Amino acid sequence: MSRTRTPVVDGWFTGAGDGFRLLGTRCTACGSVFFPREETHCRNPGCAGGALDEVPLSRRGRVWSFTDSRYRPPSPYVSDPELPWEPYALIAVELEAERIVVLGQAAPGVTVADLAVGMEVEVVPGVLHEDAETAWTTWHWRPTGVRA
Amino acid sequence: MALAADGGAGVTGEVAVLGAGMHPWGKWGRGFVEYGVAAARAALADAGLEWREIGSIVGAATVRGGYPGYVSGATFAKALGWQGARVTSVYAACASGAQAVGTARAQILSGLADVVLVVGADAAPKGFFRPAGGERPDDPDWLRFRVLGATNPTYFGLYARRRIAVHGDSPADFAQVKVKNAAAGALNPNARYRTRVSAEEVAASPVVADPLRLLDICATSDGGAALVLSSMDFARRHGAARPVRIRAVSTVTPRFPNTVLDLPDIATDSWAAVAPPDATFRASIARAAYEEAGIGPEDLSLAEVYDLSTALELQWYEDLGLCGEGEGAKLLREGTTSLGGRIPVNASGGLASFGEAVPAQAIAQVCELTWQLRERAGDRQVAGARVGITANQGLFGHGSSVIAVR
Repeated sequence: MSRTRTPVVDGWFTGAGDGFRLLGTRCTACGSVFFPREETHCRNPGCAGGALDEVPLSRRGRVWSFTDSRYRPPSPYVSDPELPWEPYALIAVELEAERIVVLGQAAPGVTVADLAVGMEVEVVPGVLHEDAETAWTTWHWRPTGVRA
Repeated sequence: MALAADGGAGVTGEVAVLGAGMHPWGKWGRGFVEYGVAAARAALADAGLEWREIGSIVGAATVRGGYPGYVSGATFAKALGWQGARVTSVYAACASGAQAVGTARAQILSGLADVVLVVGADAAPKGFFRPAGGERPDDPDWLRFRVLGATNPTYFGLYARRRIAVHGDSPADFAQVKVKNAAAGALNPNARYRTRVSAEEVAASPVVADPLRLLDICATSDGGAALVLSSMDFARRHGAARPVRIRAVSTVTPRFPNTVLDLPDIATDSWAAVAPPDATFRASIARAAYEEAGIGPEDLSLAEVYDLSTALELQWYEDLGLCGEGEGAKLLREGTTSLGGRIPVNASGGLASFGEAVPAQAIAQVCELTWQLRERAGDRQVAGARVGITANQGLFGHGSSVIAVR
């Protein structure tokens, strides 16, 4: 039985393979970009406010900083307490066009030893966790191999 | 409003600190009300006042005590014995204590109250702080745990790694912050950890969030702190001729676009359409306090800063203007921020020695300033202390900084 693929949060990303993108919103009046998406009000205090249009974010960015989680995070993070904890890396990525820093988990197998501030990474589809019926999907950051 | 040469003449807009009290920090396994009441009674005794003489009580709230935690002002008032005081409860995460002090000050300066009791206390769980339960995808604090498993220490790890990359700090620099603060905390009877720590012990502790180790990161603690604040007139009538005075309380928000990834956010604001402000949020917190007090960093005798991690303390040096950007580690290495240095930071021992009891923490910082400025800080006394600043930041955009003088 194949699991249903369900995004861990609705509307934050779309597509598959090379077409995978994070989705934000952009104010049609001032051009400010928001991720996670703002749906109703532009948060620029100098903006009278315009419609907020969905916008895909840049696929690639550079590492602003990174760390990892050596201990099991508490709920609502989902992990199997029966299995030994496997640390994963977290990467904060600066997107040049949007001028925004977006946090995400690193792709499986990427550790802090593989990372450096300024390194280029790209967004790729990933699975946060699986249960009997559902694969909960998310975004991951993965080094492109291009260094700073 | 400049600092008068004699420390007081003609100053308006100040409130007096008549009393300061704490319940020692630890992991006592009891309820937050007990810690808060003990701290309140200690502050009242220090002020030489009866609870019945207090016109207003302001509680800094905790999300960990259920309903009584949300209505902490009334909870503490009931436990002390209902006496009809004006009651207020405020919540601003780690900045709750500063909001409580700010509220009390506003009541005093506006004439609504003459003497106000400020109380904050918490009973913390073991391990990581976690969000409230339930399925709450509209709550950024819930989302960062659900989607990323991003605990508080992972954010501290991001800041620390960024400092290593941008400023050339090293894990050995971070460890020296712990060594310094543990040495001060060893001299503080209210601290939870009262033993000195070596750099080798920090380096041997397990990594929690690369590059930070267990001893780089503050614990979560039980504790309580309280202050009795009054108008300057009340202080004089009460016989306090030269009390410690609060001269500024900064409780500012960030300015859009906030370009530093702050807890509990998954992304920064975008600065594509609007240029970033000239100061980061943390720097703007201190700047607002300096402007209100009419002083600058060169006037400080000491500072109490929120060292959630060792690396974050170095960031505060820069944000308070104690040194230039990127020079925090140098300031530390030169001994400037140690006891006996030019501007001791966290003479109390800081969070490194206390652990975090969220709503009590900003109040505890002011307690330390009070004892230091009265020259009653025992073995950790900063010689000739005249002006002190506290600095802290609460989740969801809460600045917190208090300047006290004597």
